Amino acid sequence: MSGHVLLEFAINVLSMGSLYALIALGLVFVFGICKLINFAYGEFITVSTYVLYFLGTFTDLPWPLVFLIGILSGVAIGFLSELTAFRPFRGRSLDALLVTSFAISVILQRIFQLGISPRSKAVPYPAFFNMNIELFGVVTPLRNILMIGTTAVLLIVLVIVMNHTTLGVAMRGASENFVTARLMGVPANLVISVAFIISGFLAGVVAIFWSARTGSVEPLMGSSPLLIGFIAVVIGGMHSLPGAVLGGYVYAFIANVLSLTLPTSVLSYRDAVMFVIVIAFLVLKPEGIMRGNYQEERVG
Amino acid sequence: MRSSMSMNKAPVTELTKRSAAKVFFENFDFSRKTSTVVFLIVILVAIGAFIWWLNIPFIEDIFTSSAITLIMALGFQLYMGNSGILNWSYVGYVGIGAFTSAIFSMTPALKAMQIPTMYPFLIGLHLPFPLALVAGALVAMIVAAVVAWPLMRLSDSVGAITQFALLIVINVILSQWSKVTNGPRTFTLGGTRLTTLWVTLGIAVIVIIAVYFFKESSLGLKLRATRDDRYAARSSGINFVAVRYFGYVASAFIGGLAGGLYSHYILSITAASFYMNELFTLLSMLVIGGSMSVSGAFFGTLLVTLARQGLRQFELFLTRSGFEASGTTEIVVAVLMVVFLIWRANGITGGGELSWFGIKRFLRIGAVKKEKIPKQKQQEEKV
Repeated sequence: MSGHVLLEFAINVLSMGSLYALIALGLVFVFGICKLINFAYGEFITVSTYVLYFLGTFTDLPWPLVFLIGILSGVAIGFLSELTAFRPFRGRSLDALLVTSFAISVILQRIFQLGISPRSKAVPYPAFFNMNIELFGVVTPLRNILMIGTTAVLLIVLVIVMNHTTLGVAMRGASENFVTARLMGVPANLVISVAFIISGFLAGVVAIFWSARTGSVEPLMGSSPLLIGFIAVVIGGMHSLPGAVLGGYVYAFIANVLSLTLPTSVLSYRDAVMFVIVIAFLVLKPEGIMRGNYQEERVG
Repeated sequence: MRSSMSMNKAPVTELTKRSAAKVFFENFDFSRKTSTVVFLIVILVAIGAFIWWLNIPFIEDIFTSSAITLIMALGFQLYMGNSGILNWSYVGYVGIGAFTSAIFSMTPALKAMQIPTMYPFLIGLHLPFPLALVAGALVAMIVAAVVAWPLMRLSDSVGAITQFALLIVINVILSQWSKVTNGPRTFTLGGTRLTTLWVTLGIAVIVIIAVYFFKESSLGLKLRATRDDRYAARSSGINFVAVRYFGYVASAFIGGLAGGLYSHYILSITAASFYMNELFTLLSMLVIGGSMSVSGAFFGTLLVTLARQGLRQFELFLTRSGFEASGTTEIVVAVLMVVFLIWRANGITGGGELSWFGIKRFLRIGAVKKEKIPKQKQQEEKV
């Protein structure tokens, strides 16, 4: 029986980890280039989920189209927020950027509460999404397998784009050293916009699978993926794209192990344990598991 | 004597030529150091006394709660403004102070009734209100003192995420530790409201003095040096970790004090009252007022409070006319904050203090000495 338990555990870790890896990637794409910790990232996901909800509930569009528009809305909100809110802060202090992204997040949350509803809404999904399938004797919802597959495809595409296209090379250069990259003729606006667009795209994909798990959408739903993204990014390494992916899987692993091993009375403190791990990483190993182009930022 | 008032006697012949008021303005001079504190206290007490004289309970309540927020904002400014590090965890210490002082001030019988699950030894504790306030502040300070040392060497984004993570840890503990804080349920204090207008006003005055003189002290100066130029400060032999540590711990003390006042004002608290929303309010006050000065925290609180109260009335009006409008206040404040960050990153005060010298210069009265106030360097790193 233990083989089954192990396999079930592995599928859980892999599917959750894939989702978390995408969340973390979305954060790191922007952080790598702008050094901005984007607090509004969770709200990008919420926007996409609301689009899914509206299209799924009020129209008869086929599912692939609904998902596509959902993802595109993530792209749009990423691009627009950069254009309107973050662009004026080009070359300003990091704190100003951070506070702005926090303000954007609050603005979007209130707009959802005001314009849509403070209560949670059920997001409709095609039946096959939550269908249980049996895999080597382990029963799991199909969406978990889809999640792993989608992530694998996306990661391969991203690796190809980042390594073998001019844009990808420019972006990697910009995240390593923005000034030098500009001197080499990399257009700053383009690179930053593309970073936000990719971040929004990933938020759109995450929205599909995140709300498939919870089945609903509400104005404040963005905070939990955001926090997970933070943890994954810090553990994996804030300056490295592969690090973020790895961090996502490591987080899923730790979270699953904690859920299985911690007694129920302590389980409610799981988030506290996770964030203590985060603090420990930041103090002891701030570069994360994968170093990337981390530079020492500490004093004393 | 730089730090005391002095009044130079004007020659009598001068008096005959010019109005007495003008002579007074020209010659009355007290140093920049004390004038800020005096102005802020006079403004605060004047508003407080006026509102007490009006004797309208509704407005008195608004003033008391704003004065509590002012104390919170001042404590927030003490560390964040002087060190330049976004101190997310601050509201966590406010929460710790709020819960601790509430536990201390409630009578054992009341605690046994309200929170039956509480540890027996906590139920037995009882202190009078002023001591309970101090106890809350001390516990917040001790928690900060225990956890902060290793975190103090982190700056920039790493530092910000650490503080953010710490806030979440504190919040999870506050909201899950049922035997102390009643867990996710509401913690009701019962009894009468102990935080009155004059108590709050008195503590606010003390805190203004403390925060201002912290900023002007050698410790405060060192902390500001670490903010303005990391390399110059290090080469001057400033111990970053120690300087930041004392600032952080002092800030947690004031936060805990404000938390105690808050819980005895509002009389029912949950861990959720000390989380992102509260932090956002405090942050907006510092950003709009100018985080680098005590005057900035003061006027930021004043402005944001006025704006929030006005908008809230507007919201109520809209809701009564049939629109769903709750939340507009936060949107307006957030937009205002972004606008300020874009066009006036140092807030309305521009990072300076309200001072006698500044007023004289502004009104162009008298022979203004060629004393130049060094303009605070904006913390901007060109990408």
